[in-house]
Amino acid sequence: MADLRNNFVGIKSPNPFWLASAPPTDKAYNVERAFKAGWGGVVWKTLGEEGPPVVNVNGPRYGAIWGADRRLLGLNNIELITDRDLYTNLREMKQVKMNWPDRALIASIMVPCEENAWKSILPLVEETGADGIELNFGCPHGMSERGMGAAVGQVPEYIEMVVRWCKQYTRMPVITKLTPNIADIRKPARAAKSGGTDAVSLINTINSITSVNLDTFSPEPSIDGKGSHGGYCGPAVKPIALNMVAEIARDPETHGLPISGIGGVTTWRDAAEFLVLGAGNVQVCTAAMTYGFKIVQEMITGLSDWMDAKGHRSLDDICGRAVPNVSDWQYLNLNYIAKAHIDQDACIKCGRCHIACEDTSHQAITQFVDGIRHFEVMEDECVGCNLCVNVCPVQDCITMIGLEPGTLDERTGKVVDPNYANWTTHPNNPMARQAAE
Amino acid sequence: MGTTETGILSGRLTPVEYEKNFSDLHPPLDEHEALVAADRCYFCHDAPCMTACPTSIDIPLFIRQISTGNPVGSANTIFDQNILGGMCARVCPTETLCEEACVRNEAERRPVEIGRLQRYATDIALHDNIQFYERAAPTGKSIAVIGAGPAGLACAHGLAVSGHDVIIYDAREKAGGLNEYGIAAYKSVDGFAQREVDYVLSIGGIDIRNRQMLGRDFSLSDLLAKHDAVFLGLGLAGVNALRAEGEAAEGVEDAVDFIASLRQSETRSDIPVGRRVVVLGGGMTAIDAAVQAKLLGAEEVTICYRRGKEHMNASEFEQDLAAAKGVSIRHWLQPRRILSRDGKAAGIELDYTTIEDDRLVTTGETGVIVADQILKAIGQSFDPEGLGIISLQSGRIVVDQEGRTSLDGVWAGGDCVFGGEDLTVSAVAMGRDAAASINRALAAVTQPAIAVA
Repeated sequence: MADLRNNFVGIKSPNPFWLASAPPTDKAYNVERAFKAGWGGVVWKTLGEEGPPVVNVNGPRYGAIWGADRRLLGLNNIELITDRDLYTNLREMKQVKMNWPDRALIASIMVPCEENAWKSILPLVEETGADGIELNFGCPHGMSERGMGAAVGQVPEYIEMVVRWCKQYTRMPVITKLTPNIADIRKPARAAKSGGTDAVSLINTINSITSVNLDTFSPEPSIDGKGSHGGYCGPAVKPIALNMVAEIARDPETHGLPISGIGGVTTWRDAAEFLVLGAGNVQVCTAAMTYGFKIVQEMITGLSDWMDAKGHRSLDDICGRAVPNVSDWQYLNLNYIAKAHIDQDACIKCGRCHIACEDTSHQAITQFVDGIRHFEVMEDECVGCNLCVNVCPVQDCITMIGLEPGTLDERTGKVVDPNYANWTTHPNNPMARQAAE
Repeated sequence: MGTTETGILSGRLTPVEYEKNFSDLHPPLDEHEALVAADRCYFCHDAPCMTACPTSIDIPLFIRQISTGNPVGSANTIFDQNILGGMCARVCPTETLCEEACVRNEAERRPVEIGRLQRYATDIALHDNIQFYERAAPTGKSIAVIGAGPAGLACAHGLAVSGHDVIIYDAREKAGGLNEYGIAAYKSVDGFAQREVDYVLSIGGIDIRNRQMLGRDFSLSDLLAKHDAVFLGLGLAGVNALRAEGEAAEGVEDAVDFIASLRQSETRSDIPVGRRVVVLGGGMTAIDAAVQAKLLGAEEVTICYRRGKEHMNASEFEQDLAAAKGVSIRHWLQPRRILSRDGKAAGIELDYTTIEDDRLVTTGETGVIVADQILKAIGQSFDPEGLGIISLQSGRIVVDQEGRTSLDGVWAGGDCVFGGEDLTVSAVAMGRDAAASINRALAAVTQPAIAVA
């Protein structure tokens, strides 16, 4: 039985599945239910400064896109930080932490970018017994208009400054939550590290308009005929999040900086992918908001069963394992040659591989052979692009098979070279030619 | 009166039972169900379902239009190929056509519900009376269509769209042909056949003359004199004879008449049915008659077919439907003699059969099934009365690829032509294609081709 216990910057939890700071963690009632369901930790919904709390819109807060069978693929929200009184939240946090000492409880905080604001709230949070704080530099809507959230996260100097204040005024571990609404995610990560952060967490939500009502011409979610960009999350953002996590994990300046991976984690597989790309644990929101807290049971058992099957004993065995395999394009092996192969027994003859290849790619898949509907890869045309694999509705029907070194590539007429060779040394690369000259 | 009283009696059931038994066989999909069903379509390239459809409806496109919230556009796609797409959605043996070809059968042995999705889209267009076609400028040409069945209606609609005037001559009280008189009641509820006829006719330019029978009320030469072209969309008026002793007994009826009377009845409670019914035949008509006899309250219904299950024309789905409704299907039994008492049918004696040297022969064994009603569904025949010199083969009209008969100016399609498939959808295809051919022929006459250097 794999050991799923998680130690993230000294914060211990029985498993690496935390609920992200979001609507599901806004109050004790929900968090208690989450812990009962088995979640390893929660990041409490973001606290604001003392005084009258923020207000939310009173119309719809969420927009969505769906896949087949109305499966929720992407969710967008315009909810702000907690709209409950600061002391109510603090009181509940303290009680919950007392009730669940083995679970991680992190306080997410967003106060104005002034030293005093941070200095005043940190002791209040510390007093709850929370295991750490997460700095909300991510929220792209509402708060950013007031100079908080993403407005801070988009300016590396501000990040560094606020992190430094926090490290100065609290003994709690500091996790800096990053916004993806930025050109190069490494910049804010480096700034957080310079400020002394213990970890970064990412991604926060992405600026988005999910849809437009074509009767009223209002963006959704529509508040009295108007819409505002909101924060996008859910399965659709996972690829963006994975890349950003990997970018930080493999950046020499931030390599080794603990990362809490967030963004579309819906199944154990998603979680495992974040972990192997360098995350120390994961945070989940949309999946819980779609299916309820019980889904953590699938995540825990799935991760554990996979680790058992592969002989991985603890999270340390898997964290970051894929990072060395993330490469710049220019170092990919150009002598690796793969061809698509269609399993004729599995093929249902929908023809989508053919038309995708025929209309939009390399004309490398037949439609008829001897007058019979038959889809087969023509190896002398196949460039190995993988599009057919991706459009095929049957899993594992089309697979990519690498050619053995020494065999003939029918497309180029050349024998497969066993040696690694990349673009940096390729004769067509003007830079390489220059170097050779 | 229950189901166990001997004799051919009406009112065997309560009104509620009649209502329940003759409700929609496949209830319409609601919007949610339609979206879920549409999601299963893979939008195949050169889709096998489309190839399998006799009218070549662009099925992947119409299903995608449903899934994107455009059922009206979907109906347009359907009607572009098949103006009677609403009825075809109800009566097509989809399990041997589009749905049999669906690639989902390979994947999970369950096709996309193409027929029900087609009904979903076409129902919306018909319900809201959304018209997709406008008549071209009047051509001044007039075409006679004989028979207001699927072939005739499809042909008339195509011709009307092209700007021609059409007169349909039909022998029966109501238009629709087999759609009105020949389909099991539970496949076309709520007067759908007439609603569809009205929808097709609303294009304008089509005049229907009912109770007009070829050879009785007019002749082909009359029509050729009055019109620029004639389309023959005749049905099969004749019924094959049983050629068994005692066929004249009371209670021996043609299944097609039984089915037609059911369709014309409002409540079904006025339709008499036997206590024990034997249906002779192996096609869709046999199934429709047997199932409905059971639904009318017959205690026992047995289909007797002279060959094996694999030879039955009725689809697997239809056979299963009959079995599910409590009909027994017995194979390798051929009628020998009707047994009667006081002139009324009391049973049927049958020969057991087998195949020897590729020929159907009797084995010498016989058996008797008690029956007070015997419905013959052993095939219909075309009555070529009034067709004059038009060439026939095996008793039906010979046509070329475009539906042209051997007589200049006369086209034909549907059940009356040789080599057809005896399907509503095939009749629609033939009527539609004949209309295009007629249109081309008339255009060629009025607009001689101009050579362009």
